[in-house]
Amino acid sequence: MDEKKYAKLEQEISPKIPLMKNILKAFLTGGIICLVAQFVALFYMTYFDFTERTASNPTVATMIFFSMLLTGFGLYKKIGQFGGAGSAVPITGFGNAVISAAIEHKSEGYVLGVGSNMFKLAGSVILFGVFSAFVVALIKTILVKLGVVSW
Amino acid sequence: MVGRGLLTFKTLPSISATGVTAGPLEKKSSFKDKFDKVYDDERCGLETNEHAHAKMMEDACMIALSKIDSLPSDADYLLIGDLVNQMTPSNFCATTMGIPYIGLFSACATSVSSLILAALLTEVGMSEIAIAGAASQHNAIERQFRYPVEYGSQKPATAQWTVTAAGVAAITPHKKGFPSIECATIGCVTDLGMTDPFNMGAAMAPAAADTLTRHLSGHGTSVNDYDVIMTGDLGKTGFELYKKLVANKGIDDTKNFRDAGAEFYGKDPSFLAGASGAGCSAAIYFSEIFEKMKIGKYKRVLLIATGALLSPMSFQQEDTIPCIAHAIELTMK
Amino acid sequence: MSSIYITAFIVGGLICVIGQLLFDVAKLTPAHTLCLLVVAGSILDGLGLYEPLIDFAGAGATIPITSFGNSLTHGALAEAEKHGLIGVLTGMFEVTSSGISSAILFGFIAAIIFKPKGNV
Repeated sequence: MDEKKYAKLEQEISPKIPLMKNILKAFLTGGIICLVAQFVALFYMTYFDFTERTASNPTVATMIFFSMLLTGFGLYKKIGQFGGAGSAVPITGFGNAVISAAIEHKSEGYVLGVGSNMFKLAGSVILFGVFSAFVVALIKTILVKLGVVSW
Repeated sequence: MVGRGLLTFKTLPSISATGVTAGPLEKKSSFKDKFDKVYDDERCGLETNEHAHAKMMEDACMIALSKIDSLPSDADYLLIGDLVNQMTPSNFCATTMGIPYIGLFSACATSVSSLILAALLTEVGMSEIAIAGAASQHNAIERQFRYPVEYGSQKPATAQWTVTAAGVAAITPHKKGFPSIECATIGCVTDLGMTDPFNMGAAMAPAAADTLTRHLSGHGTSVNDYDVIMTGDLGKTGFELYKKLVANKGIDDTKNFRDAGAEFYGKDPSFLAGASGAGCSAAIYFSEIFEKMKIGKYKRVLLIATGALLSPMSFQQEDTIPCIAHAIELTMK
Repeated sequence: MSSIYITAFIVGGLICVIGQLLFDVAKLTPAHTLCLLVVAGSILDGLGLYEPLIDFAGAGATIPITSFGNSLTHGALAEAEKHGLIGVLTGMFEVTSSGISSAILFGFIAAIIFKPKGNV
């Protein structure tokens, strides 16, 4: 049996990804996380001196705090198996990537383990976020200078 | 010489005793009552997963040795392996045991590759007691091959669950009333271009099918000569593929086929396609199969342990997954 | 005011659905998926589309990782407006510091107080 034939057989036999079910679960999980965050934002707007715009910073920090508790008590991986992208895409998923790596590598010490492995999973998100922000902002600034677009 | 990679053992070395230890989650296994020792703590009360991994192997060795009233100082060889970087758990286990040691890596096929080497040493009269076996510890392996244990990623239904278990066997010169090692086939690395680390069963199935047919034609037997032909850790998906591949080679009768990985956790869907890991086949071969042979329920058994020979690096470099399967034939006279 | 809860749920959910499609249909790893979404957020902000989305969906737009790309770009653009090209470099983390700083902080705290919980 050659590779092509086997790949076809493998596709036939392997259970299919339940796409609709996964999409629904991702939608629900992601939606609920964002809804919770919206309530957290309301809390900061009501009890502290934050506007709708500025409340997003403490909200993000609070959500990552929740993510720490869920990761530490071993619940985030269960949410992840259920929700898929629904729990990976929100900032809590970013938090989970950092925090799970930090906890895992505690056994190698705080400097060599936690310190150097914390961004093992999430580092690439920062890299591509920064680089794309740089490119986008550079292009836009040049275009503004040339008078093609305005701020 | 019978043929390339084919071995026969005229002195019929015996498996005189076995020791199987398993983690707390393995209480969910269909075979939990057959394990010698099941821990209540994933880390066996120790600091790291890797230490727990070594401890499980040490305990398994001690249990096997105690069943033949022996001490580590009586054993001639220790031939074991695992999946952690440079096999440190096996190395630490060997430090504690103080038995002349060779660490073996055939990924999850180490249970059988170690048995073959132990049988060879015994066959040529160089060993009275050789300990062979393999182990895996879920958390230690997961963090090395995939993600941190607490990372929330979604695994597909084809993914397999690395078991926390260690299985070892004490191989001695032929002993009446114990399963003996009749012949074996050393596998060739097979690679049909699979790349998905969450579908290892599909990657390993061709290797198992290849080794099975080589063993049957090389030793002149047919599938019906065996009471059971048990593969290592193909899992539910891989096992189906393997049966298709075997059918393709003209073997339709698969009623005596079993797979340790597919059966390990029973039907529990939270383990997805079933169990995997070096400890999976070792734990089942050296408990379920060994026991059923000893009481005479199985008279002739073919064990085909399969291993995926990938590393996290080879996966990231987008290489395919090379796989191996080794076969060993046990008889009960 | 109360409609923001509905739009937050729906928009947040839909962004996650895009992520799920990248997982299951495009067969990307979680890391690749998240990087792609961050880049998408950054480009959307360059086109001036992300801020209106935040006005519309609140946390539904600020909590998904796309918002990280958006705020990096937004900070860079705001500084560039004031200081020209050099602002592109200096402004980047102006807006988005809370995500990274709290992830680092809570990651370290978690490493101090927790051990991997495992599966039992």
